[in-house]
Amino acid sequence: MSVVEKTSEVAAANAAGAAVVVRFAGDSGDGMQLTGSNFTEATALHGNDLATFPDFPAEIRAPAGATFGVSAFQIYFGSDEVTTAGDDLDVLVVMNPAALITNLKDLLPGGLIIADSDAFTDKNLARAGYKSNPLEDGSLDGYRVIVIEITKRVIASVEPFGLSHKFAVRCKNMWTLGLVMWLFDRDRSITVGNLEKKFANKPDIAQANIAALNSGHSYAETAELPSGVEVYQIPRAEVKPGLYRNATGSDALAYGLIAGGRLADIPITFASYPITPASSLLHTLAQHKEFDVVTFQAEDEIAAVCAAIGASFGGTLGVTSSSGPGISLKGEAISLASATELPLVIVNTQRGGPSTGLPTKTEQSDLNQALFGRHADTILPVIASSTPSDCFDVAIEAVRLATQFSTPVLLLSDGYLANASEPWLVPDLTQFEAFPVQFETNPEGFSPANRNPETLSRVWAKPGTPGLEHRIGGIEKDYDTGDISYDADNHQRMTDVRKAKIDGIAKFIPAQTVSQGPSAGHLAIVGWGSTYGPIHQAVKRLRAVGVDVSHIHIRYLMPFPENLGELLRGYEQILVPEMNTGQLVEVLRSKFLIDAKRLNKVSGQPFKIREIVDAIESLLGESA
Amino acid sequence: MNAPVKLTLKDFSTDQEVRWCPGCGDYAILKTIQKLMPELDTPKENTVFVSGIGCSSRFPYYMETYGFHTIHGRAPAIATGVKLSNPELDVWVVTGDGDGLSIGGNHMLHVLRRNVDLQILLFNNEIYGLTKGQYSPTSQVGTRSPSTPDGSVDLPLRPCTFALGAGARFVARTIDTEAKHMTPVLKRAHAHKGASFVEIYQNCPVYNDGIFDYIKDKKSAADSRLVLAHGEPMLFGVDNQKGLRLNTATLQLEVVTLGEADVTVDDIMVHDETNLVLAQMLAALSTPDFPEAVGVLYCKQEVSYESSVYEQIKTVRAKKGVVDFNEVLRRGHTWTVS
Repeated sequence: MSVVEKTSEVAAANAAGAAVVVRFAGDSGDGMQLTGSNFTEATALHGNDLATFPDFPAEIRAPAGATFGVSAFQIYFGSDEVTTAGDDLDVLVVMNPAALITNLKDLLPGGLIIADSDAFTDKNLARAGYKSNPLEDGSLDGYRVIVIEITKRVIASVEPFGLSHKFAVRCKNMWTLGLVMWLFDRDRSITVGNLEKKFANKPDIAQANIAALNSGHSYAETAELPSGVEVYQIPRAEVKPGLYRNATGSDALAYGLIAGGRLADIPITFASYPITPASSLLHTLAQHKEFDVVTFQAEDEIAAVCAAIGASFGGTLGVTSSSGPGISLKGEAISLASATELPLVIVNTQRGGPSTGLPTKTEQSDLNQALFGRHADTILPVIASSTPSDCFDVAIEAVRLATQFSTPVLLLSDGYLANASEPWLVPDLTQFEAFPVQFETNPEGFSPANRNPETLSRVWAKPGTPGLEHRIGGIEKDYDTGDISYDADNHQRMTDVRKAKIDGIAKFIPAQTVSQGPSAGHLAIVGWGSTYGPIHQAVKRLRAVGVDVSHIHIRYLMPFPENLGELLRGYEQILVPEMNTGQLVEVLRSKFLIDAKRLNKVSGQPFKIREIVDAIESLLGESA
Repeated sequence: MNAPVKLTLKDFSTDQEVRWCPGCGDYAILKTIQKLMPELDTPKENTVFVSGIGCSSRFPYYMETYGFHTIHGRAPAIATGVKLSNPELDVWVVTGDGDGLSIGGNHMLHVLRRNVDLQILLFNNEIYGLTKGQYSPTSQVGTRSPSTPDGSVDLPLRPCTFALGAGARFVARTIDTEAKHMTPVLKRAHAHKGASFVEIYQNCPVYNDGIFDYIKDKKSAADSRLVLAHGEPMLFGVDNQKGLRLNTATLQLEVVTLGEADVTVDDIMVHDETNLVLAQMLAALSTPDFPEAVGVLYCKQEVSYESSVYEQIKTVRAKKGVVDFNEVLRRGHTWTVS
């Protein structure tokens, strides 16, 4: 029997420690993401801890009713700490048959379905692949189903505003949101405010949407809903005291880069090229011209990284961002930054691949690319963020490493982290240690090859400084003078020092900690990046029932923390869950000669807690 | 403050051994530019030379300024970053026909379109020198090279035509060994705020020797070059006996001779460097049917990219005022957990 059994009893939901997973699903034009984000805000204000998972198709507007055009937004919230967007669904809201057929498999037995029967037309049913109407043929008997003629009710509720049929129907997401808000006792006032702001120039549209929201809410309140459906009351979560806001990983990363620039006392030049799912970083930073950030949308990925490198040469910190395929294009230039030892931050918001792959889905399959994906012995630090709010700290760390060690730094995020949101304990920048950049200004004894003896960092002398005129470039340089050199021994020495500098960073980063469980024992689950949430929950559940298992999550992937090897050797078994075919596990095996086991998933979806629990149980079962 | 010391050519020469082949046109260009630098009144420390890859791209190593020898084709993008990071810098891009128009063609297109304030010097020798003589995107049809032993078959690109097509606001052409012509052209390019594109005909004595002799040799030069001067009639040839006239029936330039068929100097078209259509016609002229235009083909002052970017930033900052980072993080919907 599984250690963790989850049911969807309303009674269970009402018990202490309760959590609920709700998914809104509809056509990509149905406004599901907007519905989800409004529900998220209301839930955060209600005091629940939460995590979200927007899952949308690559097509901007797929044909109405098509299964490949289904857009979904999932939220997991509860009274306990929440670190994943949840496994199976308690509530599934579907706006059409395609949304039902593509999402039903994730609904728990006995879970609640809310469906718009007006959208279950013969045409839509056929398009989704249904031979008969599931709302009528008894195939949903294992679930609790609320069937409402949502479209008709919406049209009636917005009739006073005189909207065209097209605009009236578009209000149905707000009507549905009103109903779900009643179900979970959420406050509608923030959504009302959001709608007034969003449609400030179209007050009739704003008022129609608000009317739809209220109408859905009062429908739920007065309608005779099927038995067992009543207001879910999820107790407030016990979280660390302080001021919170919701943030996606992309938001937190953008703010982290700004913060890093302030701590380094240096302006940021952010050069990027649009690519899903990385573009939101460019959008956010472009909105913050009030800080020392200049954004540049380049003509291509190569130009973006090159402009960032030019900016670093010019005396600001160049930052570029992309997703896997774009990082491939940037490869040659990243090696130039490495050879010329200029600071540079490269953000990779990973997506499913190879090639165009699954642009809107998540994966962590660019670790090998980050570590090894360039010509020659180009070595550079690689760090990864593990949660949306962790993106803030990791971005600051990337800026610190780049500026203190005169090197390009690769920061790995992914599509899930970029789009997922969670309550974020708002940081106080005055509590962070500053690491101001020291530009060289003294011509006495100056050579562009001068190094800091401790960090091996190359001197940074920016154009505009009198007396420090110098040349750098991609050709190998003399160790002492920086002049071009084809000398055999010198190339060995330069290769060695570039490697020693990066390896030496291990002395300037925190030791690896164990996030849960003992620091030696039977089994350690070792992860990196966005698998943090499901691994954390799985380990927590198993530890609660007495299983000896620890969780180690690695932020510094190159170089590893100095104590990592010794720490890992303290466990009898190591299991490495990754959303790739096994990239970190190979590195750990080759680097530390340990028999680490793998757990891999590349479906474009994050791990479910259950999948990790099952893997741990099966591993422990085998060894028992 | 001390009175500025007058700098000379020597102040702009580095201690590095120049490694071009003997007789390379690059030597002459280097000397002309080193000599020009002291006349530009730009502090040496504010001058930056950025290059890509190729023979011409070794240039920054020989200039006692800030310099960055980068990767193949990307100098315009790197220079854009340099200029964005510090608009006070005086940034020069040195590139060649392969670097700037083949592997780096896209960056060249966009840097010109954006009008980033740079001087872009494209040394055109119609060949790949550093990789030992393959044909380039500007090689004439029929060029025999290691990669085209039976002659190249594809149409060459005309750099000035490309630049004008990309929206360049300053386009000029000059010749490697002619310092007297090059110096004023480069001064104009430097004075122009925005992307200044200068094609320099450059001889490669090893792989493509003599391809520009028709325009350089004293005997043929007069008939094969049209020295442009804004506001002056476009005359050329021995004793300026020939000129270019606009044929209003074909909308094309034609060569006419003064005194023949009642042609007078009044029939000759006057060069107007602000006329884009004329510039495009001039860029396309080629021997033997026409003289090739040297000098400033086109010049139109418009706001440069980086000035617009910083102007926007200034406007936003004036509107938002001094902003505290912590305060920005606390805007919008927040809640307190006690």
